[in-house]
Amino acid sequence: MMNSVLIEPIGVQMWTYILVGLSFSLYIGIAIWSRASSTKEFYVAGGGVSPWANGMATAADWMSAASFISMAGIISFAGYDGAVYLMGWTGGYVLLALLLAPYLRKFGKFTVPDFIGDRYYSKTARIVAVICALLVSFTYVAGQMRGVGIVFSRFLEVDITTGVIIGMLIVLFYAVLGGMKGITYTQVAQYCVLIFAFMVPAIFISIQMTGNPIPQLGFGSELSDGSGTYLLDKLDGLSTELGFAEYTEGSKSLIDVFAITLALMVGTAGLPHVIVRFFTVKRVKDARKSAGIALLLIVILYTTAPAVAVFARTNLIETVSNKPYNKVPEWFKKWETTGLITFTDKNNDGLIQYVANKEQNELVVDRDIMVLANPEIAKLPNWVIALVAAGGLAAALSTAAGLLLVISSSVSHDLIKKIINPKISDKSELIAARLSAVGAVCVAGYFGINPPGFVAAVVALAFGLAAASFFPAIVLGIFYKKMNKEGAIAGMIVGITAMLLYMLKFKFGIFDGGKTAVAGLKGDWWFGISPEGFGTIAMILNFIVSIVIMKFTKAPPKDVQEIVENIRIPSGTGEASSH
Amino acid sequence: MSNQQNAKAYWKENIKYVLFLLTIWFLVSYGAGIIFKDALNTIKIGGFKLGFWFAQQGSMYVFVILIFVYVRLMNKLDKKYGYDE
Repeated sequence: MMNSVLIEPIGVQMWTYILVGLSFSLYIGIAIWSRASSTKEFYVAGGGVSPWANGMATAADWMSAASFISMAGIISFAGYDGAVYLMGWTGGYVLLALLLAPYLRKFGKFTVPDFIGDRYYSKTARIVAVICALLVSFTYVAGQMRGVGIVFSRFLEVDITTGVIIGMLIVLFYAVLGGMKGITYTQVAQYCVLIFAFMVPAIFISIQMTGNPIPQLGFGSELSDGSGTYLLDKLDGLSTELGFAEYTEGSKSLIDVFAITLALMVGTAGLPHVIVRFFTVKRVKDARKSAGIALLLIVILYTTAPAVAVFARTNLIETVSNKPYNKVPEWFKKWETTGLITFTDKNNDGLIQYVANKEQNELVVDRDIMVLANPEIAKLPNWVIALVAAGGLAAALSTAAGLLLVISSSVSHDLIKKIINPKISDKSELIAARLSAVGAVCVAGYFGINPPGFVAAVVALAFGLAAASFFPAIVLGIFYKKMNKEGAIAGMIVGITAMLLYMLKFKFGIFDGGKTAVAGLKGDWWFGISPEGFGTIAMILNFIVSIVIMKFTKAPPKDVQEIVENIRIPSGTGEASSH
Repeated sequence: MSNQQNAKAYWKENIKYVLFLLTIWFLVSYGAGIIFKDALNTIKIGGFKLGFWFAQQGSMYVFVILIFVYVRLMNKLDKKYGYDE
């Protein structure tokens, strides 16, 4: 303790350089060690990844900057309604493990369009699938690069463009060099970094507020101030006092909560960058097991997030509500300069009024701050604050890399090898794969630097699209032997089109005079379902159309029906192959 | 039993497991966490209203358990039908 008096303590900035630098060197080291030397290593890491490694990689792949930075913040403002993300983004793994992963592994190809193209014996089906895969992955990856930019700019004080370029170079290095193999093992390391970075501040704050070191239990415990009040009761009280909905009640309609949750679940199970991870394990039983491990590792973060949300929300209200503006803590001023907290003293009383009524409310808080500023609000040590930066970067980079791989394999494998030039040698295909990865990184970087104003909306669209297209086509392909190409193609096209039109109408107001009209259209929502939840309806449409069209067209050929029978049996997996 | 009959019987049992597990999947999330949330919220365990707890905690724990139960059931089934490897 004497030392800390004599030596200047290390600042947040320095700690950030140290922790981010260390984690980046680790990723680069792993990338050099795990270079890919064949297309098989590039696409599916050679197909010999252990269930645990694959589970960790899947978890890191899945948990993006949005899960790490934004989710707890969203929940802390949405209260109960935040459950749609919690259940939606975890429940999908049950579908994945029970309905998709084992069979797709047995099928043993490289990509999702591979399955769609072969199972539905049709180039058209393959092309539709490639377009969906590219659309979903690009919208997703743009958001990730933006996340990388924000973390860099906020913690290292470089501008967002420089931040994005640094991030691009790192991803480029290990995705291009290592392909799936490099990505898998860096993701294992990134999982460790991100989960540690998320849990440490949560545990600290849980102990501070409730005396319970387990955040999952802490937010259901009594406050440690000796008042004997439960934390959640207190937050419910504070919320209603300020005119907000009771925290544990929420404000969305039941049917909308239902539809959004289902769309997110089904969308999760249909996302190509998640599905493709299950091609990398050795046997069918490993695919099942690693889905379980992945979900277990994801749930550690996902059950902590709602606790963080409650801690942060309570802390925020207690720190600022009705407090004099000139006495706010240092973090408030610091985040004010970034524009993520804004205060306008409407009634000139020098106090901060934070209330639900928009006319009287004087404080606007960006939801992303809740995780990033949480350690500062709770006055945690500098290294913990820096750790959050390293964790956010790990989350964003790991997801970006996984998506880039899907994009590059869609181009080099599904388009070039399977459609344009089937005679391409393994060596040239590997070069094509690497070049497409470079191209994909550049496009993603461009969107990261110049984000379209609708990134958040488009990410929701990505889930809707996956739910409306891939999920029914794959499930029917496995569980309904008689499903034919006519049915599947018609289903995918109708599903996607319905989703796109609903989105354009109710999210962007294209048909009613632009974004300003969107709020007024709420009354016209089908069954009261928001665009975020419409993936559920589009998916049902897909199922219905597929089955009806199938009834009127001819059954799939004998050999295709044999493929289906074969993928239902777990043994004789063989290795993932391009033939 | 012929190969084909064996495969059919295996598939039938698999479907039975899947339907059973998906029923639980539906009941904890859409049932306890959404549809019956208000009724369950009248019950309190510690500081948690039960419906809220299912929506933000409980359903996720059950999801994890469901997958591992499926893994165990299927590993046994693979052995029973000689598909283990």
